[in-house]
Amino acid sequence: MGEPIIALENLHRTFTVRQKVGRVRRKTRVVHAVDGITASIAAGEAVGYIGANGAGKSTTIKMLTGILVPTSGRVRTCGYNPVPQRRLLAREIGVVFGQRSQLWWDLPLRDSFRILAAIHRMQSLDAESRTAQLVDHLGLAHLLDVPVRQLSLGERMRGEVAAALVHRPRLLVLDEPTIGLDMISKERLRHFLLAERAESGTTLLLTTHDMGDIERLCERVLVVDRGRLVFDGTLSSLAARVALQRVLVVDLPEPTPNLQVPAATHIGSELDGQRQRLAFSPQQTTAARVLADVTAMTEVIDLTLEEPAIEDIVRTLYGVG
Amino acid sequence: MYRTIVGSRIRSQLAYRTSFWLNVVTSVAVGIVEFIELYVILANVPVFGGLNLPQAALVFALANTGFALAELVFGQLDTMPTYLRLGRLEVMLVRPMPLMLQLITSDFQLRRLGRLAISVVIIIVVLPNLHLDYTPATIYLLVITPVVGAAIYAAFFATAGGLQFFLINGAEFTAAFVYGGSYAGQLPGSVLIPPVRVLFTFVFPATVTAYLPALLIMGLAGPKYLPAWLGWFAPLFAAWAWLLAWLAWRAGTRRFTGAGG
Repeated sequence: MGEPIIALENLHRTFTVRQKVGRVRRKTRVVHAVDGITASIAAGEAVGYIGANGAGKSTTIKMLTGILVPTSGRVRTCGYNPVPQRRLLAREIGVVFGQRSQLWWDLPLRDSFRILAAIHRMQSLDAESRTAQLVDHLGLAHLLDVPVRQLSLGERMRGEVAAALVHRPRLLVLDEPTIGLDMISKERLRHFLLAERAESGTTLLLTTHDMGDIERLCERVLVVDRGRLVFDGTLSSLAARVALQRVLVVDLPEPTPNLQVPAATHIGSELDGQRQRLAFSPQQTTAARVLADVTAMTEVIDLTLEEPAIEDIVRTLYGVG
Repeated sequence: MYRTIVGSRIRSQLAYRTSFWLNVVTSVAVGIVEFIELYVILANVPVFGGLNLPQAALVFALANTGFALAELVFGQLDTMPTYLRLGRLEVMLVRPMPLMLQLITSDFQLRRLGRLAISVVIIIVVLPNLHLDYTPATIYLLVITPVVGAAIYAAFFATAGGLQFFLINGAEFTAAFVYGGSYAGQLPGSVLIPPVRVLFTFVFPATVTAYLPALLIMGLAGPKYLPAWLGWFAPLFAAWAWLLAWLAWRAGTRRFTGAGG
């Protein structure tokens, strides 16, 4: 299998925060953003990297993409030492920051792709065919001449992903790629990423708050909490340790006794049973089947589906381990 | 590569024609207002810092030409505080191109040509009034001064850019440092009080961008601490300014990546 594409060895990163204490005195406090992470990712893997806000995800991503130097420990990405060999590494990786655009906001998408191809010193024929391929797969053809600032969030995010893939990176790092997107845009992006991986074998590292992203895209999950790795294993072994349950919330027209549905557990009622919560495991049944069972018994006015929260998963991992 | 980037920047500016021409007109107007300031002083007192109107105008125009050239290329470093705040630098760091080059090409402002045009016009108008001998040395100085001046002002932009990494929202600092430096460069150096004169010559060599070479061109001696012959060493002063800029920039980027300052 050769050298891993990402190798982290006892990685640490601390920040010094200065706080005002009283009028003149200042206190410095050392924050351990990343506190001894060791992990290795092989070429071709699809890995989800999850944790609560401030757990150390972004700091880790910055260290392995060459933005931030580790305080101690070792990081190798694509065989490079990220910060000193930043520009060599940049040719091998594509990075999408969900919250920051890498496109030129006042230029049409077409120009952004052209500039990025030039920055990566691609041959113009190669760049054209690659761009055409991405444009086709991401459904961007009708948006190519629109200035980026006029695109919707979903459209822009597809543009961002295409921009990160123009130079055919070996490793694609996505930092919160689906944040703020609606269900359809999310699904479209996931679908593309699956197809792209099947075709090019790109290694994928994904941070997200959305367990749906992980379940659709990743075989392996790393869970980080307060700078430490608390879980590293396959998605199914994570599912075995913590219940990755969905919750179907149904609003009913009138007070109803607790619903009893096969393969789902009633976990709560509000307003005398006008709103009821049913938990189910996606491995055993589907949302559609649970809903069908409910509608067989009573009318449903409204419904929502809740995904498992990352925070709950982390908490359960602590409870179990 | 740079042709593609700069080309698309220029095209995007020309796409909004009204906005582009308004910007050019503003830039020209700023240049004219600054010159009127000088003109008003010299219309009331015959000599300003030992120079008469055409002489002071030459200093003003040479300094402005250099500054306009520097601003055309490096003026974008002004927006560093915004880039830092919005996290745009992270995005630039994952591209295989030096950070400084990405910043200066990120927004190439053609409208800044307005200021350059004004300065060139003033030089053309003023030169016949100075009754100069066009020796090879004079011609050399007239050609090299805007180039060296541009290099020095560019170094100011880069120094200020590097220091931005240490400041929270340092836009005012850049303005004070870069535009203050350019203002000092446009004045006859003799009007500055001696400590300021020394600061803007031997630390931040603003007077070298126009005043000192202009003294050589016009065959005048310099004031105290500022002999005219220093003007021959302008390229050395530029090299010094760039050394400062390089140190500031390196310290800044190292701080950003957490590599220690």
